[in-house]
Amino acid sequence: MSEVTVQGGQEVVGVSRIEGPIIVVEGGANVSYDEVVEIQDSRGQLRRGRVLEVGEGYAVVQAFAGSTGLSIDGTRVRFLGTTLHIPVAEEMLGRIFDGLGNPIDGGPEPLTDHYADVNGQPINPTARIYPRDYIQTGISTIDGVNTLLRGQKLPLFSGAGLPHDQLAAQIVRQATLGKVAGAPPTEGEEFAIVFAAMGVKNDVAEYFRRSFTESGALTRVAMFLNLADDPPVERIVTPRAALTLAEYLAYQCDMHVLVVLTDMTNYGEALRQISNVRGEVPSRKGYPGYLYSDLASMYERTGRIRTSKGSITQIPILTMPNDDITHPMPDLTGYITEGQIVLGRELNFAGIYPPVAVLPSLSRLMKDGIGKNRTREDHPRWGAQLYAAYARTQDVRALASVIGEEELSDVDQKYLRFGRAFEREFVNQSFTENRTIERTLEIGWKLLSILPKKELTRVTLDEIAQYYKGDDAAN
Amino acid sequence: MSEEIGKITWISGPVVRARGSRHVGMLELVEVGVDRLVGEVIGLKGDQMTIQVYEETAGMQTGAPVYGTGLPLSVELGPGLIQSIYDGVQRPLPLIEQAMGSFINRGAHFDPINREKKWKYTPKVKVGDEIQGGAIIGIAMETDTLEHRVMLNPDDSGTITWVAPAGDYTVIDPIAKLKMGKEEKTLTMLQRWPVRRARPFTNRRPANIPLITGQRILDTFFPVAKGGAAGIPGPFGSGKTVTQHSIAKWADAEIIVYIGCGERGNEMTEVLQEFPHLIDPRTGRPLMERTVLIANTSNMPVAAREASIYTGITIAEYYRDMGYHVALMADSTSRWAEALREVSGRLEEMPAEEGYPAYLAARLAEFYERAGYVNNLNGSQGSVSIVGAVSPPGGDFSEPVTQHTKRFIRCFWALDKSLASARHFPAINWLDSYSEYLEDVAGWWREKTGKDWLVMRNRAMELLSEESRLSQIVKLVGPDALPYTERMVLETTRLIREGLLQQNATESVDAYSSVEKQIRMLELVLYFHERGMSIVKRGAPINLIHDLPVVDTIIRAKSTVTNEELHKFDEIQKQIDDQMGQLDAEYRS
Repeated sequence: MSEVTVQGGQEVVGVSRIEGPIIVVEGGANVSYDEVVEIQDSRGQLRRGRVLEVGEGYAVVQAFAGSTGLSIDGTRVRFLGTTLHIPVAEEMLGRIFDGLGNPIDGGPEPLTDHYADVNGQPINPTARIYPRDYIQTGISTIDGVNTLLRGQKLPLFSGAGLPHDQLAAQIVRQATLGKVAGAPPTEGEEFAIVFAAMGVKNDVAEYFRRSFTESGALTRVAMFLNLADDPPVERIVTPRAALTLAEYLAYQCDMHVLVVLTDMTNYGEALRQISNVRGEVPSRKGYPGYLYSDLASMYERTGRIRTSKGSITQIPILTMPNDDITHPMPDLTGYITEGQIVLGRELNFAGIYPPVAVLPSLSRLMKDGIGKNRTREDHPRWGAQLYAAYARTQDVRALASVIGEEELSDVDQKYLRFGRAFEREFVNQSFTENRTIERTLEIGWKLLSILPKKELTRVTLDEIAQYYKGDDAAN
Repeated sequence: MSEEIGKITWISGPVVRARGSRHVGMLELVEVGVDRLVGEVIGLKGDQMTIQVYEETAGMQTGAPVYGTGLPLSVELGPGLIQSIYDGVQRPLPLIEQAMGSFINRGAHFDPINREKKWKYTPKVKVGDEIQGGAIIGIAMETDTLEHRVMLNPDDSGTITWVAPAGDYTVIDPIAKLKMGKEEKTLTMLQRWPVRRARPFTNRRPANIPLITGQRILDTFFPVAKGGAAGIPGPFGSGKTVTQHSIAKWADAEIIVYIGCGERGNEMTEVLQEFPHLIDPRTGRPLMERTVLIANTSNMPVAAREASIYTGITIAEYYRDMGYHVALMADSTSRWAEALREVSGRLEEMPAEEGYPAYLAARLAEFYERAGYVNNLNGSQGSVSIVGAVSPPGGDFSEPVTQHTKRFIRCFWALDKSLASARHFPAINWLDSYSEYLEDVAGWWREKTGKDWLVMRNRAMELLSEESRLSQIVKLVGPDALPYTERMVLETTRLIREGLLQQNATESVDAYSSVEKQIRMLELVLYFHERGMSIVKRGAPINLIHDLPVVDTIIRAKSTVTNEELHKFDEIQKQIDDQMGQLDAEYRS
């Protein structure tokens, strides 16, 4: 192995070990932790990598594009002396990039002086603005009972074969700044969209591209694509590159940015693969012990800060392996994100779109973005009442499956009717239906009116007097 | 103060190895690399030291210097702690924001306690006094109402030779001089204490005063004593943080230390923005004026997360030493355990369960044992109560952190996902939770309310466990198959669940229930049960009881009757009497 110093960093010729995407380089001096390297194979082809560990006289490097074709003696590794940076510019909206941020749409490199570290930096909690403005998505199960706020991170937990892509596309298409119920709509409050695909099939990326084109949003979308056949290791960088651009747009250009990351499960697998090759002590299901911190370093890049008008809202999509919500990926994600929208297979079988399983879904920030002067005063209690009633419906259904519907009490029969109507009229809506918040509230009250007044203990008596329309109105 | 003690030889994430001096102490604070990042020595082998670094190490090079400080990782203690927000190693986040903008950069060095601010100080010792460690030497007014009792460092003792007159001083101005043996030491309001060493006290007292939180399920059903330790485990979305926030807001402690350990940034911002506007019902001052915040969010460096728990508990002990009741919230101890695991993994230590190091249980024990109601060195009494959230993966309580935590706490508030899904909050499962402080605090309740709380509480719990048994039957055969007396139990437990256990943290009347309100509500529900039961036993159909208008009134009482209008419960009791009386009369013949 020999060492040559070239412009822009030191170069080492020859490596000592290659294992999967991991390369061990000996002989570099003063290598920095997390530094970017350029790897040249014997035919002169370049690929990039990153330093994972440095020791005395050696460095462990992870090659983003894998190690195919690299040889022990014929590989040259050049240490670039800086951590991974990507160019960021407003002009990147409307463009398509690979997983490392290089343009793949045939256009030129973005012209900019701004280069930002893909790792970002943690936002100081004292510099944040707590999210309070809701986003109207036009979808009842979100706006009504799991309200999304600007600056929130709210993942979609889904499974293979469920329509999470459609739902995400619908959210992106319909999202506008929320208003008090009954207020007239205004124009020009659209979101800039940063879309990152990790290890998804080409069809999925194509679906989103087409959907963005059809809704006329393509000019405000930047896409970062690492498809299923792209190198898995690159996936580690893809969401970070996307978020780096999102941060620039939100905090430097004062834009409201919606970030869609799909599919985080593939990201986790890439991380596990690297951890595995490095021989790290695994925690659950072979995932590394730092999975939580690693995911947090991306999900926490969401929010609003006091020095900018912009915001970053994140919608990561995860397909739960075997629909298991306790799998480490959805589990740790749920601990970091501010709620979750869970899609359910049974509803999907029943032909209900979007098949949002309301009970396990949650928006933690909802309480601060709804109610008086935000949506409508009855909204918080109305939501809790719908949840409570629907939860009761599940118990009644379990009972009915044992003793038969006919044996149920009158009240329980009404709960069954409520449950069916809730799924068909409230949860179910078409892919193109954009419901206003007052429409959502109205449907909810109509459904609650199926139940006897006495059952509605979460809403106030005044609210019952104003909105309740059931037969039971008399007593 | 800091000299070079070695050069970096190996870097992997937050763990760095260096080679150099053999005189570095274990757990010594060091500064690493050209940016002088803060780190702590966690292993020594020959001339090789292993260091955990409290900041992001990207860009650090081998061969870079390491500087020693000769001191262990310590916190600064003195007036000015209250209302502060620190990161895990006590760096003031507002100053970092002022200097570096909205994002946290590396290598920030700031004094944790403001050196320029002057405090109104009154001495409490005079020349010639012989004082021991922990003695109160003066009082500084930290807020308009909070006395900061300036104490002698517990390790020092001697004779006072000079005392500054009452006046306004900064934390570094001399306030007294102390002759210790041959030396004379100048005392200031500021002292340092190593975070990993518990502050000493004289002895422990029995923990027999409940920490009142205003949360009915906690105070009435599963109380924690002042100086006790409680754990809140629960899967995501079950309301750990909301419960912790509620306790931080309403607990009758004089000082609150809130540690956001590896949790969400927005949650800390919520506390920061909400607490200055919330008024403490006991002092009439903003809640922020009794609060110290430690924020090491999930995206901040992982080693500092490990330190944040110790930083917080040391500050809590310091106020305990002044004679205050302190409540410490740690949200979440699982993130702290994961930080231990991550550092342990980088050290390639042999893992025990699920990759956690074998010393996990020992560390948890050390932490929870720092809770206690004690007689302080200066003769005062104070307490530190710990409420630790646990985030078990997949909501599985059999995982190591939950299991080990259970061994060291005496109060277990088990959060339940299915209750949370039905929006039953606080989603604390009454059948899985327990408190071992029941007998200890029963005397306090009797003295305070004049009522036999424990008997009533146990009666309610009995009904709830009866309900759980009955609901198994209902699931199989439907409620109609049960005799009326058993359905009466179901009617009452519905009142207990919806009227007592459910509490809305966002509603002004319901958010805080006084002890008197809690016991009145409990009494009322049990009264309803006894009256109802006697009528049902005479053969009255259960639906007559179910349809009584007073049922709805009782359920809504939590948000219609304020803490000040408890006489309204007498009216509700009268309604029970009137409505039940009618039924009673009908079925008596």
